[in-house]
Amino acid sequence: MSSEVMAIHSAGAASRPWVETLHEWVTTVDHKRLGILYILFALFFLVIGGIEAMIIRIQLMRPHSHFVSPQVFNRMFTMHGTTMIFFVAMPILFGFANYLVPLMIGARDMAFPRLNAFSFWLTALGGFLLYFSFVGGSGLYGAGTVPDVGWWAYAPLTSRAFSPGHSTDYWTIALLVSGFGSIGTSINIIATILSMRCPGMTMSRMPLLAWLNLVMSGMVLITITPLSAAQIMLCVDRYLGGHFFDTQAGGSAAIWMHFFWIFGHPEVYILIIPCFAFLSEIIPVFSRKPIFGYPVMVGATVCIAFVSLSVWAHHMYTIGMSSYSNAFFTITTMAVGVPTGIKIFNWLGTMWGGKIHFKVPMLFCIGFLFQFLIAGLTGIMLAVAPFDWQLGNSYFVVAHFHYVIVGGILFALFAAFYYWYPKITGRMLSESLGKVHFWLFVIGFHFTFDLMHIPGVLGMPRRIYTFEPGRGWDTLNLLITFGALIQCIAILVFVANLVFSYFKGPKAGNDPWDAWTLEWSVSSPPPAYNFASIPGVNSRRPLWDLKHPEDPDSRYE
Amino acid sequence: MSVIINPFPETQAAWELPYRGKVGMACLIIAESAIFTIFVVAYLFYLGKSLTGPTPREVLETPIFYTICLLSSSLTIHLASRFLDRDKRGAFLSVWFLTIVLGGLFLFGTGQEWHRLIYEHGLTISTNLFGTTYYSLVGLHAFHVTVGLLMLIIVLLFGLAGRIGREHSARVEVLSMYWHFVDAVWVVVFTVVYVFGR
Repeated sequence: MSSEVMAIHSAGAASRPWVETLHEWVTTVDHKRLGILYILFALFFLVIGGIEAMIIRIQLMRPHSHFVSPQVFNRMFTMHGTTMIFFVAMPILFGFANYLVPLMIGARDMAFPRLNAFSFWLTALGGFLLYFSFVGGSGLYGAGTVPDVGWWAYAPLTSRAFSPGHSTDYWTIALLVSGFGSIGTSINIIATILSMRCPGMTMSRMPLLAWLNLVMSGMVLITITPLSAAQIMLCVDRYLGGHFFDTQAGGSAAIWMHFFWIFGHPEVYILIIPCFAFLSEIIPVFSRKPIFGYPVMVGATVCIAFVSLSVWAHHMYTIGMSSYSNAFFTITTMAVGVPTGIKIFNWLGTMWGGKIHFKVPMLFCIGFLFQFLIAGLTGIMLAVAPFDWQLGNSYFVVAHFHYVIVGGILFALFAAFYYWYPKITGRMLSESLGKVHFWLFVIGFHFTFDLMHIPGVLGMPRRIYTFEPGRGWDTLNLLITFGALIQCIAILVFVANLVFSYFKGPKAGNDPWDAWTLEWSVSSPPPAYNFASIPGVNSRRPLWDLKHPEDPDSRYE
Repeated sequence: MSVIINPFPETQAAWELPYRGKVGMACLIIAESAIFTIFVVAYLFYLGKSLTGPTPREVLETPIFYTICLLSSSLTIHLASRFLDRDKRGAFLSVWFLTIVLGGLFLFGTGQEWHRLIYEHGLTISTNLFGTTYYSLVGLHAFHVTVGLLMLIIVLLFGLAGRIGREHSARVEVLSMYWHFVDAVWVVVFTVVYVFGR
């Protein structure tokens, strides 16, 4: 039946001219298509951000290198950070949420389909604006520049005097616009989850993915908005002559740091919570056990969300704060490790005694568990103010947060790609190419980011353009760049796998993983209306109930 | 598994979920509150930190009348949506119109105050920190009042064309949530700028 639906679909697509197909995609309000658009948009920027990272790494490969000029180097690390956070990580996670949440809760679409489309195109406009600065940064008379203020854009570097031209304005407006897009999508996700669940899908029966995305969206509402407010203030300063961050008129540069990090630190959790969500769906399926400690998982997530709102100033120990502030933020930062630890134990508890299938999604999940643990441990180290005074703004910090973002978030994302690609496209990703991708990426990752801790401890500051030979950094930096190259090759394998499997991969069928959540009950790819008739559920694992009528979960609730 | 036949047995008969419009608006209000919080924090943080005059004590006058206008518009919009609930269209439209007049009066008051500050006291957004924080906080609120007024006017126009009926009362209710929020923000802004800030 599913193949028949797909055949009709593809026959229809072939007969239509491409302009019409394009028009359909541009004007779509379907949550699945918007989800795919978000993901493709993010993958495109992942490649751009990756190229910028490679430029940084080639520049730092050996001492006294002149691969790029110092100005270009500043632009590259600014654009790399901004792109990866705002135009890769955020949209890709929103893409998955968009695609999966309605399917998992048995809804036909998001609560506000047009708002959904609007939010996506706002994000896309933001990405376009940021990169338009390459040509428009200094007006349109040919001397284009790119934002070079770092991704935190500390005051007073962003003031007119120190950032002439329009490059900083493009940065500001791009983040403001894409921020509004994020807020729109979050409102949509919350309204969908609270108001569109199918009959029987009580909050306590919702898949953890929906729960965690609900928490994440709630966090977006209160933490992206401070960034938007700060960007409005920066615009007032730059265009209307305001003095918010103008130290010469009594303004404060430190308050920008506070406003930025009130956004900046919860943002990390906004990115990691949907990744926790992926793990909470994938690990049970490949361990053949229901998730261990469902209510504790929900509670720990809500707890993380709350505590993470009060940890921001651990990014600011080195600017000099009162000892009370230092103590407070040290304690809260350490406290946030507790619910996170609970989650790790829950995933291990799910795997414990399970019949583990080492498919590619599960491999990436296991990689995540190890690497995220180490990332958390270096995080606890940096949470201690005196330790941070020594290593703040060094490569140790760079290594720490890349361990979170690459070793944690990106690994979880790869797991999600391998797990849901069959649902989205109807084809399986190649298992052997997937294993090559996994092992190459693990090796490249550890080469780069394990070693990166060491030059940090030896005193190499972050954002440094080049360095003197003979400080013990030379070989390490060469090896780090070598590791980055391996990661690049792994990403190429991944992209090749995506493209190759789209055309030649084996047909997936409805439910290739023998999973338990509602998205696997419909054809792959799902029809535009998702569910011919709205399903009703009686337990947390509706498909288990369906496959095992003799022993349904609902009996034990 | 079939695409057409629903594989799931029908379950609970009574299944009620909150109205998505209300949930969406509540979320928007939470997000907006965070934006206003940051501006209020900036205002409070910079109180008395201006290097040059004029200061709030010298130039600000408490806009009591216009505050009463805005706050009572919250009452009238509530009345209006009650009338719509009971399908009294004439009463709905007239009270709705009154809401718009009250909101408009408030905006006029803000405009008058700004005119006085700019032309009599020479206080602009770039004069000092007080000007920067005052105009951006009050201006952000006035912007929200303006957006609210535009939406109220759209509803009024549809109402005059006879297109608003009882079936729209849930949507009108969502709009009135926004308007209540704008009023509540003014209570905070008023307290911070005109009571506490002087």
